Amino acid sequence: MTKRIVSTTINGEVVEFLSDPGTSLLDALRDTVGLTGSKEGCNNGNCGACNVIMNNELVNSCCVLAVESNGGTITTIEGVAQGDHLHPLQTSFLEEAALQCGICTPGFIVAAKALLDREPNADEARIRHWLAGNLCRCTGYDKIVRAVLDAAEDMRAGAKA
Amino acid sequence: MAVLDYVAPATVDEAVAVLKQNGQTARVLAGGTDLIVQERERRRDVGVMVDVKGIPELTQVTIGADGSLKVGAAASCASLYRNPDVQKKFPALVDSASLIGGIQIQSRASLGGNLCNSSPAADSIPTLIALGATCEIAGPGGRRSVPVEDFCTAPGRNVLGDGEMLVSLTFPAPAAHSGAAFERFIPRNEMDIAVTNAAASITLSADGSKFESARIAIGAVAPTPLFVKAAGDALVGQPVNAETIEKAAEAARAAATPITDMRGSAEQRKHLAAVLTRRVINKAIERAKA
Ligand SMILES: Cc1cc2nc3c(=O)[nH]c(=O)nc-3n(C[C@H](O)[C@H](O)[C@H](O)COP(=O)(O)OP(=O)(O)OC[C@H]3O[C@@H](n4cnc5c(N)ncnc54)[C@H](O)[C@@H]3O)c2cc1C
Ligand code: FES
Ligand code: FES
Repeated sequence: MTKRIVSTTINGEVVEFLSDPGTSLLDALRDTVGLTGSKEGCNNGNCGACNVIMNNELVNSCCVLAVESNGGTITTIEGVAQGDHLHPLQTSFLEEAALQCGICTPGFIVAAKALLDREPNADEARIRHWLAGNLCRCTGYDKIVRAVLDAAEDMRAGAKA
Repeated sequence: MAVLDYVAPATVDEAVAVLKQNGQTARVLAGGTDLIVQERERRRDVGVMVDVKGIPELTQVTIGADGSLKVGAAASCASLYRNPDVQKKFPALVDSASLIGGIQIQSRASLGGNLCNSSPAADSIPTLIALGATCEIAGPGGRRSVPVEDFCTAPGRNVLGDGEMLVSLTFPAPAAHSGAAFERFIPRNEMDIAVTNAAASITLSADGSKFESARIAIGAVAPTPLFVKAAGDALVGQPVNAETIEKAAEAARAAATPITDMRGSAEQRKHLAAVLTRRVINKAIERAKA
């Protein structure tokens, strides 16, 4: 098996690591790079717990090979806050209590960020549709959707200010 | 068997050479949403992953001077449904591309992967058939073209031979007064495998009173997605009304030879073949008149 050198910009920093050709981006992030914020729920593309933004697209990192990210740009949940300054989505998830066990939360926040970065005016229907690939066993989704709506409003107000 | 190697060829010729050299265990990697999961779950042995997304021809989406559309086999669903030309001229492709998985899947999944995975329930294949797409295939012996309705041969099987790969899909320019649509039935709103699906593409006379041509395809009701020629033929030359459409729906029901499984019974699927055929024809008419 030929290990590959992968060089990728993760959360703004160039990271180099070695990867087997069949290793998923999720496993590489968690086990090799040491970024354990992305979670493994299903490992088959159904739950969204592993969501990252790769080359400006929201992807399930369990369904991407680490070697495919060579030369690319990745944002993981670890890159969503600016230092100690939480992203509006993170603040609103806390305020709305949009999580219980929390395993789905990194995926939801990354997915919602991908949406709001692209469509700052997304309404409730659009948010629910966009998040259909993210599963939560605890919250019943309503609080998550409300948190995203709140964050969108905050972000729009912030953009104006 | 573990994945032994990953290669990212820059040209179709290079990709064909790698496929030829490595035999059956070399697999084309497009969006990986089928392949990576199947490999992980040991449903498919993959020795070499041949990532074709670095080949420009495989990811381009272009409209020709004659209005035809060429879609690279590995172009993502998202790149299709965000394309303004595709939105305007080929809305049935948008129907299919925006129903395959959720956003995270659509940002990777391709029409080529959907077709080459050759599932009887694949959500793009009825649309490709209805729109009369042609597959361009490259292999050790050069290039050849195959009408998309002849591509799948059995569940998970298709006409690709050793060392062959799909390069692109070409769609003829939509005629004046034409429209097309795709729908599927699933028990929830998103993220599920079709119990049955259907697509129609129709052309009306200039006054909108008659069908001039029609192609209808249904899925998840036979070992491969089905081109139901009889359903289209039932429309051609006939007045645009509920009776005519009912004849096409009946032809679709008659052509369906489904099985009963956990997603639905054979009887329900035959019923759905008729219902969905009726719906996609009506939606296609609406689009033709718009
Ligand atoms: C959570 C989830 C939800 C899904 N939902 C749907 C759905 O709603 N509807 C649906 O139809 N499908 C669905 N799928 C299946 C899958 O996403 C689609 O079939 C998708 O279109 C496959 O495209 P891909 O680019 O990811 O293919 P890949 O996984 O890269 O490839 C699929 C197969 O085709 C072969 N292949 C790919 N490209 C070529 C080529 N150019 N030449 C030769 N062989 C090639 C590969 O070797 C592989 O065997 C879902 C999958 C997941 C994980
Ligand atoms: S772990 Fe990747 S989608 Fe569930
Ligand atoms: S909070 Fe537990 S799965 Fe979502």
